[in-house]
Amino acid sequence: MIVAQRKPFEEIMNMLKGYKKVLNVGCGTCVAVCLAGGEKEVTVLNTELDMARKLKDNPIKIDGITIERQCDREYLAELDSKVDDYEAVVSMACGVGVQFLAERFPQIPVYPMVDTSGLAANQAVGWYEERCRSCNQCVLGMTGGICPVTMCAKGIYNGPCGGTNNGSCEIDTEQPCAWFMIYERLERQGRLDNILELHAPVEWLDQTPRTLVQPGYKKVDPEDLV
Amino acid sequence: MKSGSNLEKVLKAGHFAFTGELGPPRGTDAEEVRKKAAFLKGNVDAVNITDNQTAMVRMSSWAASLLIMQEGLEPNYQMVCRDRNRLAMQADILGASALGIRNMLCLSGDHQQFGDHPSAKGVFDIDSMQLIYMVKKMRDESKFLGGADIHEPPKMFIGAAANPFAEPFEWRVHRLAKKINAGVDFIQTQCIYNMDKFRKWVKQANDMGLTEKVYILAGVTPMKSIGMARYMKAKVPGMDVPDEIIKRLQGAGKGKVAAEGINIACEQIEEFKEMQGLAGVHLMAIEWEHKVPEIAEQAKVLPRPVIE
Ligand code: SF4
Ligand code: SF4
Repeated sequence: MIVAQRKPFEEIMNMLKGYKKVLNVGCGTCVAVCLAGGEKEVTVLNTELDMARKLKDNPIKIDGITIERQCDREYLAELDSKVDDYEAVVSMACGVGVQFLAERFPQIPVYPMVDTSGLAANQAVGWYEERCRSCNQCVLGMTGGICPVTMCAKGIYNGPCGGTNNGSCEIDTEQPCAWFMIYERLERQGRLDNILELHAPVEWLDQTPRTLVQPGYKKVDPEDLV
Repeated sequence: MKSGSNLEKVLKAGHFAFTGELGPPRGTDAEEVRKKAAFLKGNVDAVNITDNQTAMVRMSSWAASLLIMQEGLEPNYQMVCRDRNRLAMQADILGASALGIRNMLCLSGDHQQFGDHPSAKGVFDIDSMQLIYMVKKMRDESKFLGGADIHEPPKMFIGAAANPFAEPFEWRVHRLAKKINAGVDFIQTQCIYNMDKFRKWVKQANDMGLTEKVYILAGVTPMKSIGMARYMKAKVPGMDVPDEIIKRLQGAGKGKVAAEGINIACEQIEEFKEMQGLAGVHLMAIEWEHKVPEIAEQAKVLPRPVIE
Protein backbone atom coordinates (compact mmCIF):
# COMPACT_ATOMS: atom_id res chain seq x y z
CA MET A 1 0.00 0.00 0.00
CA ILE A 2 0.95 3.65 -0.11
CA VAL A 3 2.26 4.87 3.22
CA ALA A 4 2.43 8.38 4.55
CA GLN A 5 3.05 10.22 7.76
CA ARG A 6 1.34 13.29 9.10
CA LYS A 7 3.27 16.49 8.51
CA PRO A 8 4.85 18.24 11.48
CA PHE A 9 2.18 20.23 13.33
CA GLU A 10 4.17 23.46 12.99
CA GLU A 11 4.15 23.14 9.23
CA ILE A 12 0.42 22.50 9.20
CA MET A 13 -0.29 25.48 11.44
CA ASN A 14 1.80 27.63 9.17
CA MET A 15 0.00 26.51 6.02
CA LEU A 16 -3.38 27.24 7.53
CA LYS A 17 -2.63 30.44 9.39
CA GLY A 18 -4.55 32.64 6.95
CA TYR A 19 -7.74 30.55 6.92
CA LYS A 20 -10.73 30.55 9.22
CA LYS A 21 -12.96 27.95 7.60
CA VAL A 22 -11.42 24.75 6.32
CA LEU A 23 -12.58 21.29 5.28
CA ASN A 24 -10.30 18.37 6.14
CA VAL A 25 -10.78 15.41 3.81
CA GLY A 26 -9.56 12.01 4.95
CA CYS A 27 -9.04 8.99 2.75
CA GLY A 28 -10.36 5.58 3.73
CA THR A 29 -7.88 3.42 1.86
CA CYS A 30 -4.05 3.21 2.13
CA VAL A 31 -3.48 6.13 4.47
CA ALA A 32 -6.24 4.86 6.75
CA VAL A 33 -4.57 1.45 6.97
CA CYS A 34 -1.19 3.01 7.76
CA LEU A 35 -2.75 5.22 10.43
CA ALA A 36 -1.92 8.52 8.76
CA GLY A 37 -5.05 9.92 7.15
CA GLY A 38 -8.21 7.96 7.84
CA GLU A 39 -11.29 9.04 9.71
CA LYS A 40 -9.65 8.79 13.11
CA GLU A 41 -6.62 10.84 12.08
CA VAL A 42 -8.90 13.51 10.61
CA THR A 43 -10.66 13.86 13.95
CA VAL A 44 -7.38 13.99 15.86
CA LEU A 45 -5.85 16.64 13.61
CA ASN A 46 -9.00 18.74 13.66
CA THR A 47 -9.14 18.65 17.44
CA GLU A 48 -5.50 19.65 17.72
CA LEU A 49 -5.93 22.49 15.25
CA ASP A 50 -9.04 23.69 16.96
CA MET A 51 -7.29 23.83 20.31
CA ALA A 52 -4.09 25.34 19.03
CA ARG A 53 -5.89 28.10 17.15
CA LYS A 54 -8.10 28.91 20.15
CA LEU A 55 -4.94 29.27 22.22
CA LYS A 56 -3.66 31.76 19.66
CA ASP A 57 -6.90 33.72 19.80
CA ASN A 58 -7.39 32.96 16.16
CA PRO A 59 -10.10 30.31 16.07
CA ILE A 60 -10.59 28.15 13.01
CA LYS A 61 -13.71 26.31 11.97
CA ILE A 62 -12.49 22.99 10.66
CA ASP A 63 -14.85 20.26 9.55
CA GLY A 64 -13.93 16.72 8.67
CA ILE A 65 -15.12 14.21 6.13
CA THR A 66 -13.51 10.94 5.11
CA ILE A 67 -14.25 9.48 1.72
CA GLU A 68 -13.48 5.97 0.55
CA ARG A 69 -10.69 6.95 -1.88
CA GLN A 70 -9.44 10.33 -3.01
CA CYS A 71 -7.82 8.86 -6.11
CA ASP A 72 -11.22 7.98 -7.51
CA ARG A 73 -13.70 10.42 -9.11
CA GLU A 74 -16.69 8.42 -7.97
CA TYR A 75 -15.88 9.15 -4.33
CA LEU A 76 -14.64 12.68 -4.85
CA ALA A 77 -18.07 13.53 -6.24
CA GLU A 78 -19.39 13.37 -2.69
CA LEU A 79 -17.54 16.62 -2.03
CA ASP A 80 -18.98 18.57 -4.97
CA SER A 81 -21.75 20.15 -2.94
CA LYS A 82 -19.55 20.84 0.09
CA VAL A 83 -16.22 22.43 -0.79
CA ASP A 84 -17.51 25.82 -1.81
CA ASP A 85 -18.53 26.50 1.77
CA TYR A 86 -14.84 26.63 2.72
CA GLU A 87 -11.87 28.94 2.18
CA ALA A 88 -9.53 26.01 1.76
CA VAL A 89 -9.53 22.24 1.67
CA VAL A 90 -6.86 20.12 3.31
CA SER A 91 -6.30 16.50 2.44
CA MET A 92 -4.91 13.67 4.46
CA ALA A 93 -4.59 11.43 1.42
CA CYS A 94 -1.37 10.49 -0.31
CA GLY A 95 0.08 12.79 -2.95
CA VAL A 96 -2.10 11.17 -5.60
CA GLY A 97 -5.28 11.84 -3.66
CA VAL A 98 -4.32 15.44 -2.92
CA GLN A 99 -3.71 16.13 -6.60
CA PHE A 100 -6.89 14.49 -7.74
CA LEU A 101 -8.82 16.50 -5.21
CA ALA A 102 -7.11 19.74 -6.27
CA GLU A 103 -7.80 18.91 -9.90
CA ARG A 104 -11.50 18.46 -9.25
CA PHE A 105 -11.80 21.72 -7.36
CA PRO A 106 -9.40 24.10 -9.10
CA GLN A 107 -11.22 27.11 -7.65
CA ILE A 108 -10.12 26.39 -4.10
CA PRO A 109 -6.69 26.11 -2.40
CA VAL A 110 -5.82 22.55 -1.40
CA TYR A 111 -3.10 21.63 1.11
CA PRO A 112 -1.46 18.29 1.92
CA MET A 113 -1.50 17.22 5.55
CA VAL A 114 0.73 14.18 5.15
CA ASP A 115 4.10 13.41 3.61
CA THR A 116 3.79 10.46 1.30
CA SER A 117 6.79 8.21 1.66
CA GLY A 118 6.27 5.23 -0.60
CA LEU A 119 4.98 1.77 -1.35
CA ALA A 120 5.38 -0.27 1.76
CA ALA A 121 4.43 -3.42 3.59
CA ASN A 122 2.87 -3.68 6.99
CA GLN A 123 5.47 -5.28 9.27
CA ALA A 124 3.31 -4.83 12.34
CA VAL A 125 0.75 -2.28 13.46
CA GLY A 126 2.28 1.14 12.96
CA TRP A 127 5.46 -0.19 11.36
CA TYR A 128 5.83 -0.09 7.61
CA GLU A 129 8.76 -0.83 5.36
CA GLU A 130 9.23 0.41 1.84
CA ARG A 131 9.57 -2.30 -0.76
CA CYS A 132 8.98 -0.80 -4.20
CA ARG A 133 9.83 2.41 -6.04
CA SER A 134 7.55 1.61 -8.97
CA CYS A 135 10.42 1.53 -11.45
CA ASN A 136 8.14 0.19 -14.16
CA GLN A 137 10.33 -2.79 -15.07
CA CYS A 138 10.35 -5.23 -12.23
CA VAL A 139 13.49 -7.33 -11.78
CA LEU A 140 12.36 -9.28 -8.73
CA GLY A 141 12.41 -12.47 -10.79
CA MET A 142 16.12 -12.07 -11.30
CA THR A 143 16.95 -10.97 -7.77
CA GLY A 144 15.17 -13.62 -5.78
CA GLY A 145 12.30 -11.35 -4.80
CA ILE A 146 14.43 -8.59 -3.24
CA CYS A 147 14.20 -5.17 -4.85
CA PRO A 148 17.60 -3.67 -5.63
CA VAL A 149 16.06 -0.34 -6.57
CA THR A 150 14.44 0.15 -3.18
CA MET A 151 16.50 -1.92 -0.78
CA CYS A 152 19.99 -0.99 -2.02
CA ALA A 153 21.05 2.49 -0.93
CA LYS A 154 22.61 3.07 -4.34
CA GLY A 155 19.89 1.31 -6.29
CA ILE A 156 22.47 -0.61 -8.30
CA TYR A 157 21.78 -3.60 -10.52
CA ASN A 158 25.20 -5.26 -10.29
CA GLY A 159 25.84 -5.38 -6.58
CA PRO A 160 27.05 -5.58 -4.00
CA CYS A 161 29.19 -2.46 -4.07
CA GLY A 162 32.55 -2.29 -2.32
CA GLY A 163 30.95 -0.97 0.85
CA THR A 164 29.00 -4.10 1.73
CA ASN A 165 29.80 -4.81 5.33
CA ASN A 166 29.27 -8.34 6.70
CA GLY A 167 25.69 -8.39 5.55
CA SER A 168 25.00 -4.72 6.31
CA CYS A 169 24.89 -1.80 3.95
CA GLU A 170 27.72 0.70 4.13
CA ILE A 171 25.28 3.42 5.20
CA ASP A 172 24.24 1.75 8.45
CA THR A 173 24.97 -1.49 10.28
CA GLU A 174 21.22 -1.74 11.01
CA GLN A 175 20.40 -1.68 7.30
CA PRO A 176 20.86 -5.04 5.57
CA CYS A 177 22.80 -4.96 2.30
CA ALA A 178 20.25 -5.77 -0.38
CA TRP A 179 22.83 -7.43 -2.57
CA PHE A 180 24.08 -9.58 0.26
CA MET A 181 20.51 -10.80 0.74
CA ILE A 182 20.05 -11.29 -2.99
CA TYR A 183 23.20 -13.40 -3.10
CA GLU A 184 22.15 -15.50 -0.12
CA ARG A 185 18.71 -16.18 -1.48
CA LEU A 186 19.81 -17.02 -4.99
CA GLU A 187 22.59 -19.20 -3.63
CA ARG A 188 20.11 -21.14 -1.51
CA GLN A 189 17.88 -21.60 -4.54
CA GLY A 190 20.80 -22.61 -6.75
CA ARG A 191 20.12 -19.65 -9.03
CA LEU A 192 23.37 -17.66 -8.78
CA ASP A 193 23.69 -17.74 -12.55
CA ASN A 194 20.99 -15.06 -12.52
CA ILE A 195 23.54 -12.51 -11.43
CA LEU A 196 26.75 -13.80 -13.02
CA GLU A 197 26.21 -11.79 -16.18
CA LEU A 198 26.37 -8.03 -16.39
CA HIS A 199 23.00 -6.38 -15.97
CA ALA A 200 23.04 -3.79 -18.75
CA PRO A 201 22.54 -0.10 -17.96
CA VAL A 202 18.90 0.51 -17.13
CA GLU A 203 16.67 2.41 -19.49
CA TRP A 204 14.83 4.33 -16.78
CA LEU A 205 11.10 4.37 -17.35
CA ASP A 206 10.08 6.43 -14.34
CA GLN A 207 11.16 9.87 -15.42
CA THR A 208 8.18 11.26 -17.23
CA PRO A 209 4.58 11.22 -16.02
CA ARG A 210 3.34 7.74 -16.70
CA THR A 211 -0.07 6.87 -18.03
CA LEU A 212 -1.23 3.31 -18.00
CA VAL A 213 -4.07 1.91 -20.04
CA GLN A 214 -4.77 -1.78 -19.56
CA PRO A 215 -5.26 -3.96 -22.62
CA GLY A 216 -8.83 -3.83 -23.81
CA TYR A 217 -9.36 -0.32 -22.42
CA LYS A 218 -8.77 3.11 -23.81
CA LYS A 219 -8.47 6.69 -22.67
CA VAL A 220 -11.72 8.62 -22.50
CA ASP A 221 -12.19 12.30 -23.21
CA PRO A 222 -11.93 13.98 -19.78
CA GLU A 223 -15.03 16.01 -20.67
CA ASP A 224 -17.03 12.81 -20.54
CA LEU A 225 -15.87 12.00 -17.02
CA VAL A 226 -17.83 13.16 -14.05
CA MET B 1 47.87 -0.99 -27.07
CA LYS B 2 44.45 -0.05 -25.84
CA SER B 3 45.36 3.33 -24.49
CA GLY B 4 49.12 3.68 -24.74
CA SER B 5 49.31 4.78 -21.11
CA ASN B 6 52.51 4.33 -19.19
CA LEU B 7 50.73 2.00 -16.80
CA GLU B 8 49.55 -0.16 -19.66
CA LYS B 9 53.05 -0.27 -21.14
CA VAL B 10 54.65 -1.18 -17.82
CA LEU B 11 52.18 -3.98 -17.22
CA LYS B 12 52.33 -5.25 -20.77
CA ALA B 13 56.10 -5.39 -20.64
CA GLY B 14 55.74 -7.65 -17.60
CA HIS B 15 57.10 -5.26 -15.01
CA PHE B 16 55.72 -5.28 -11.49
CA ALA B 17 53.68 -2.07 -11.48
CA PHE B 18 53.67 0.40 -8.63
CA THR B 19 50.94 3.04 -8.51
CA GLY B 20 50.21 5.80 -6.04
CA GLU B 21 47.32 7.96 -5.03
CA LEU B 22 46.65 11.64 -4.56
CA GLY B 23 43.57 13.31 -3.12
CA PRO B 24 42.74 16.70 -4.68
CA PRO B 25 42.36 19.65 -2.29
CA ARG B 26 39.16 21.12 -0.90
CA GLY B 27 39.87 24.39 -2.59
CA THR B 28 41.64 25.80 -5.60
CA ASP B 29 45.21 25.44 -4.41
CA ALA B 30 47.01 23.98 -7.42
CA GLU B 31 50.28 24.33 -5.55
CA GLU B 32 49.11 21.75 -3.00
CA VAL B 33 48.55 19.26 -5.82
CA ARG B 34 51.97 20.00 -7.27
CA LYS B 35 53.64 19.58 -3.88
CA LYS B 36 52.06 16.18 -3.34
CA ALA B 37 52.90 15.22 -6.92
CA ALA B 38 56.56 16.00 -6.35
CA PHE B 39 56.79 13.20 -3.77
CA LEU B 40 55.32 10.73 -6.20
CA LYS B 41 57.28 11.66 -9.28
CA GLY B 42 59.71 8.96 -10.37
CA ASN B 43 58.46 6.65 -7.62
CA VAL B 44 55.25 5.37 -9.20
CA ASP B 45 53.98 4.45 -12.67
CA ALA B 46 50.67 6.25 -12.36
CA VAL B 47 48.79 8.18 -9.72
CA ASN B 48 45.14 7.66 -8.85
CA ILE B 49 43.35 10.97 -8.58
CA THR B 50 40.37 10.48 -6.34
CA ASP B 51 36.91 11.73 -7.29
CA ASN B 52 35.09 13.49 -4.44
CA GLN B 53 36.52 10.88 -2.13
CA THR B 54 34.29 9.88 0.81
CA ALA B 55 31.59 12.05 -0.78
CA MET B 56 33.36 15.29 0.18
CA VAL B 57 33.55 18.01 -2.44
CA ARG B 58 37.04 18.41 -3.80
CA MET B 59 38.75 19.80 -6.85
CA SER B 60 37.50 17.75 -9.77
CA SER B 61 39.41 14.65 -10.57
CA TRP B 62 40.10 15.52 -14.21
CA ALA B 63 41.40 18.97 -13.26
CA ALA B 64 43.80 17.57 -10.67
CA SER B 65 44.77 14.92 -13.23
CA LEU B 66 45.80 17.68 -15.61
CA LEU B 67 47.79 19.42 -12.89
CA ILE B 68 49.88 16.32 -12.23
CA MET B 69 50.34 15.73 -15.95
CA GLN B 70 51.93 19.17 -16.11
CA GLU B 71 54.31 17.89 -13.44
CA GLY B 72 55.24 14.93 -15.60
CA LEU B 73 53.16 12.32 -13.79
CA GLU B 74 50.59 10.01 -15.28
CA PRO B 75 47.12 10.15 -13.73
CA ASN B 76 44.70 7.33 -13.17
CA TYR B 77 41.52 9.35 -13.38
CA GLN B 78 38.94 8.08 -10.91
CA MET B 79 35.26 8.41 -11.68
CA VAL B 80 32.43 7.54 -9.32
CA CYS B 81 28.84 6.79 -10.29
CA ARG B 82 27.41 8.81 -7.43
CA ASP B 83 27.78 12.28 -8.89
CA ARG B 84 27.12 12.02 -12.62
CA ASN B 85 24.69 10.52 -15.04
CA ARG B 86 25.67 8.78 -18.25
CA LEU B 87 25.67 11.99 -20.26
CA ALA B 88 28.04 13.79 -17.92
CA MET B 89 30.24 10.73 -17.58
CA GLN B 90 30.64 10.23 -21.30
CA ALA B 91 31.29 13.93 -21.79
CA ASP B 92 34.01 13.83 -19.12
CA ILE B 93 35.54 10.70 -20.61
CA LEU B 94 35.79 12.37 -24.02
CA GLY B 95 37.24 15.50 -22.46
CA ALA B 96 39.71 13.54 -20.35
CA SER B 97 40.92 11.55 -23.32
CA ALA B 98 41.20 14.69 -25.47
CA LEU B 99 43.42 16.22 -22.80
CA GLY B 100 45.68 13.17 -22.73
CA ILE B 101 44.36 11.24 -19.75
CA ARG B 102 44.83 7.55 -20.56
CA ASN B 103 43.84 5.57 -17.45
CA MET B 104 40.61 5.63 -15.58
CA LEU B 105 39.25 3.83 -12.57
CA CYS B 106 35.53 3.06 -12.52
CA LEU B 107 33.99 3.14 -9.04
CA SER B 108 30.56 3.16 -7.44
CA GLY B 109 31.55 5.86 -4.97
CA ASP B 110 30.86 6.02 -1.26
CA HIS B 111 27.28 6.82 -0.41
CA GLN B 112 26.64 10.57 -0.25
CA GLN B 113 25.51 10.14 3.34
CA PHE B 114 29.18 9.90 4.41
CA GLY B 115 30.19 13.25 3.04
CA ASP B 116 29.67 16.93 3.56
CA HIS B 117 26.44 17.05 1.54
CA PRO B 118 24.68 14.05 3.07
CA SER B 119 21.29 14.77 1.54
CA ALA B 120 22.54 15.34 -1.98
CA LYS B 121 20.79 13.24 -4.57
CA GLY B 122 22.92 10.22 -5.38
CA VAL B 123 22.85 9.70 -9.12
CA PHE B 124 23.84 6.06 -9.70
CA ASP B 125 22.34 6.25 -13.17
CA ILE B 126 24.74 3.45 -14.01
CA ASP B 127 26.82 1.41 -11.58
CA SER B 128 30.55 0.73 -11.61
CA MET B 129 30.11 -2.48 -13.57
CA GLN B 130 28.06 -0.70 -16.21
CA LEU B 131 30.58 2.16 -16.27
CA ILE B 132 33.34 -0.30 -17.20
CA TYR B 133 31.11 -1.63 -19.96
CA MET B 134 30.35 1.87 -21.19
CA VAL B 135 34.00 2.98 -21.38
CA LYS B 136 34.92 -0.20 -23.19
CA LYS B 137 32.11 0.30 -25.66
CA MET B 138 33.22 3.87 -26.26
CA ARG B 139 36.84 2.83 -26.71
CA ASP B 140 36.53 -0.42 -28.65
CA GLU B 141 33.33 0.07 -30.63
CA SER B 142 33.47 3.86 -31.03
CA LYS B 143 29.93 4.00 -29.77
CA PHE B 144 28.22 5.99 -27.09
CA LEU B 145 26.18 4.03 -24.63
CA GLY B 146 23.09 5.19 -26.51
CA GLY B 147 24.43 3.61 -29.69
CA ALA B 148 25.51 6.63 -31.77
CA ASP B 149 28.96 6.68 -33.34
CA ILE B 150 31.83 8.51 -31.72
CA HIS B 151 34.12 10.44 -34.00
CA GLU B 152 37.61 9.75 -32.57
CA PRO B 153 36.86 7.45 -29.62
CA PRO B 154 38.55 7.90 -26.24
CA LYS B 155 41.66 5.92 -25.42
CA MET B 156 41.47 4.64 -21.90
CA PHE B 157 43.12 1.87 -19.93
CA ILE B 158 40.14 0.73 -17.90
CA GLY B 159 40.53 0.05 -14.23
CA ALA B 160 38.23 -0.95 -11.40
CA ALA B 161 38.41 -1.77 -7.74
CA ALA B 162 37.94 -5.12 -6.09
CA ASN B 163 37.34 -5.93 -2.48
CA PRO B 164 38.70 -9.42 -1.79
CA PHE B 165 37.43 -9.43 1.79
CA ALA B 166 33.78 -8.50 1.83
CA GLU B 167 31.23 -11.17 2.63
CA PRO B 168 30.03 -13.31 0.97
CA PHE B 169 33.65 -14.26 0.29
CA GLU B 170 32.66 -16.91 -2.27
CA TRP B 171 31.08 -14.19 -4.37
CA ARG B 172 34.26 -12.10 -4.62
CA VAL B 173 35.87 -13.98 -7.51
CA HIS B 174 32.59 -14.08 -9.37
CA ARG B 175 32.34 -10.35 -9.03
CA LEU B 176 35.88 -10.06 -10.38
CA ALA B 177 34.91 -12.26 -13.31
CA LYS B 178 31.91 -10.05 -13.93
CA LYS B 179 34.14 -6.98 -14.10
CA ILE B 180 36.47 -8.76 -16.50
CA ASN B 181 33.55 -9.67 -18.73
CA ALA B 182 32.37 -6.08 -18.59
CA GLY B 183 35.75 -5.06 -20.01
CA VAL B 184 38.14 -4.11 -17.24
CA ASP B 185 41.89 -4.10 -18.02
CA PHE B 186 43.30 -3.73 -14.51
CA ILE B 187 42.16 -4.03 -10.94
CA GLN B 188 43.32 -2.23 -7.84
CA THR B 189 42.22 -3.98 -4.68
CA GLN B 190 40.97 -2.66 -1.39
CA CYS B 191 43.75 -2.17 1.20
CA ILE B 192 44.98 -5.58 2.24
CA TYR B 193 45.74 -6.45 5.84
CA ASN B 194 44.35 -9.95 6.05
CA MET B 195 47.01 -11.78 4.05
CA ASP B 196 45.53 -15.25 4.54
CA LYS B 197 42.26 -14.25 3.04
CA PHE B 198 43.95 -12.36 0.24
CA ARG B 199 46.10 -15.39 -0.66
CA LYS B 200 42.93 -17.45 -0.86
CA TRP B 201 41.25 -14.93 -3.11
CA VAL B 202 44.21 -14.74 -5.48
CA LYS B 203 44.37 -18.52 -5.60
CA GLN B 204 40.70 -18.69 -6.54
CA ALA B 205 41.27 -16.06 -9.20
CA ASN B 206 44.23 -18.07 -10.52
CA ASP B 207 42.22 -21.27 -10.53
CA MET B 208 39.45 -19.62 -12.49
CA GLY B 209 41.97 -18.28 -15.01
CA LEU B 210 41.03 -14.71 -14.15
CA THR B 211 44.54 -13.47 -13.44
CA GLU B 212 45.44 -14.20 -17.04
CA LYS B 213 42.73 -11.88 -18.23
CA VAL B 214 43.31 -8.88 -16.01
CA TYR B 215 46.22 -7.18 -14.27
CA ILE B 216 45.72 -7.20 -10.52
CA LEU B 217 47.42 -4.59 -8.36
CA ALA B 218 47.34 -5.35 -4.65
CA GLY B 219 46.19 -2.43 -2.49
CA VAL B 220 48.55 -1.38 0.29
CA THR B 221 48.05 1.33 2.87
CA PRO B 222 50.66 1.59 5.60
CA MET B 223 49.22 2.15 9.06
CA LYS B 224 50.35 5.47 10.49
CA SER B 225 49.22 4.79 14.02
CA ILE B 226 47.42 2.33 16.27
CA GLY B 227 44.41 4.66 16.24
CA MET B 228 44.23 4.46 12.46
CA ALA B 229 44.36 0.67 12.56
CA ARG B 230 41.60 0.54 15.15
CA TYR B 231 39.50 3.00 13.19
CA MET B 232 39.92 1.06 9.95
CA LYS B 233 38.97 -2.15 11.70
CA ALA B 234 35.90 -0.77 13.42
CA LYS B 235 34.59 1.96 11.21
CA VAL B 236 35.52 1.51 7.56
CA PRO B 237 33.00 -0.71 5.75
CA GLY B 238 34.57 -3.57 3.86
CA MET B 239 37.95 -3.32 5.64
CA ASP B 240 39.44 -6.44 7.20
CA VAL B 241 42.15 -5.65 9.77
CA PRO B 242 43.29 -8.70 11.77
CA ASP B 243 44.18 -8.24 15.43
CA GLU B 244 47.77 -9.32 14.83
CA ILE B 245 48.36 -6.14 12.80
CA ILE B 246 47.21 -4.03 15.74
CA LYS B 247 49.30 -6.12 18.16
CA ARG B 248 52.37 -5.72 16.02
CA LEU B 249 51.94 -1.95 15.90
CA GLN B 250 51.43 -1.89 19.66
CA GLY B 251 54.64 -3.85 20.11
CA ALA B 252 56.67 -1.35 18.10
CA GLY B 253 57.21 0.97 21.01
CA LYS B 254 56.94 4.71 21.38
CA GLY B 255 57.74 6.76 18.31
CA LYS B 256 58.22 3.68 16.15
CA VAL B 257 54.65 2.81 15.24
CA ALA B 258 54.65 4.56 11.86
CA ALA B 259 57.95 2.93 10.92
CA GLU B 260 56.50 -0.43 11.88
CA GLY B 261 53.47 0.32 9.72
CA ILE B 262 55.81 0.90 6.81
CA ASN B 263 57.71 -2.30 7.64
CA ILE B 264 54.50 -4.28 7.49
CA ALA B 265 53.58 -2.67 4.17
CA CYS B 266 57.01 -3.42 2.69
CA GLU B 267 56.90 -7.04 3.82
CA GLN B 268 53.53 -7.32 2.12
CA ILE B 269 54.93 -5.82 -1.06
CA GLU B 270 57.82 -8.31 -0.99
CA GLU B 271 55.32 -11.14 -0.83
CA PHE B 272 53.13 -9.62 -3.56
CA LYS B 273 56.10 -9.43 -5.91
CA GLU B 274 56.42 -13.20 -5.69
CA MET B 275 52.73 -14.03 -5.64
CA GLN B 276 51.51 -15.77 -8.76
CA GLY B 277 48.70 -13.84 -10.40
CA LEU B 278 49.64 -10.37 -9.19
CA ALA B 279 50.88 -7.68 -11.53
CA GLY B 280 51.72 -4.91 -9.13
CA VAL B 281 50.95 -2.90 -6.05
CA HIS B 282 48.76 0.12 -5.56
CA LEU B 283 50.03 2.22 -2.68
CA MET B 284 47.38 4.36 -1.04
CA ALA B 285 49.33 6.67 1.22
CA ILE B 286 46.68 9.37 1.35
CA GLU B 287 47.80 12.49 3.20
CA TRP B 288 51.12 10.70 3.59
CA GLU B 289 52.46 11.42 0.14
CA HIS B 290 55.79 12.65 1.52
CA LYS B 291 56.47 9.13 2.77
CA VAL B 292 56.11 7.57 -0.67
CA PRO B 293 59.78 7.98 -1.69
CA GLU B 294 60.88 6.28 1.52
CA ILE B 295 58.34 3.46 1.14
CA ALA B 296 59.21 2.90 -2.51
CA GLU B 297 62.88 2.75 -1.56
CA GLN B 298 62.36 0.35 1.31
CA ALA B 299 60.00 -1.81 -0.78
CA LYS B 300 62.73 -2.02 -3.44
CA VAL B 301 60.50 -1.01 -6.32
CA LEU B 302 62.89 1.64 -7.62
CA PRO B 303 63.84 2.73 -10.15
CA ARG B 304 60.56 2.65 -12.03
CA PRO B 305 60.83 1.30 -15.56
CA VAL B 306 60.86 3.81 -18.38
CA ILE B 307 59.28 2.49 -21.55
CA GLU B 308 59.26 4.32 -24.82
S1 SF4 C 1 12.15 -3.81 -9.28
FE1 SF4 C 1 11.67 -2.91 -7.32
S2 SF4 C 1 11.01 -0.83 -7.79
FE2 SF4 C 1 10.92 -1.98 -9.68
S3 SF4 C 1 8.80 -2.68 -9.75
FE3 SF4 C 1 10.01 -4.35 -8.86
S4 SF4 C 1 9.84 -4.00 -6.66
FE4 SF4 C 1 9.18 -2.11 -7.64
S1 SF4 D 1 26.28 -1.98 0.70
FE1 SF4 D 1 24.77 -3.24 -0.39
S2 SF4 D 1 22.79 -2.20 -0.11
FE2 SF4 D 1 24.40 -0.77 0.50
S3 SF4 D 1 24.77 0.44 -1.34
FE3 SF4 D 1 26.24 -1.24 -1.40
S4 SF4 D 1 25.24 -2.89 -2.53
FE4 SF4 D 1 23.66 -1.42 -2.00
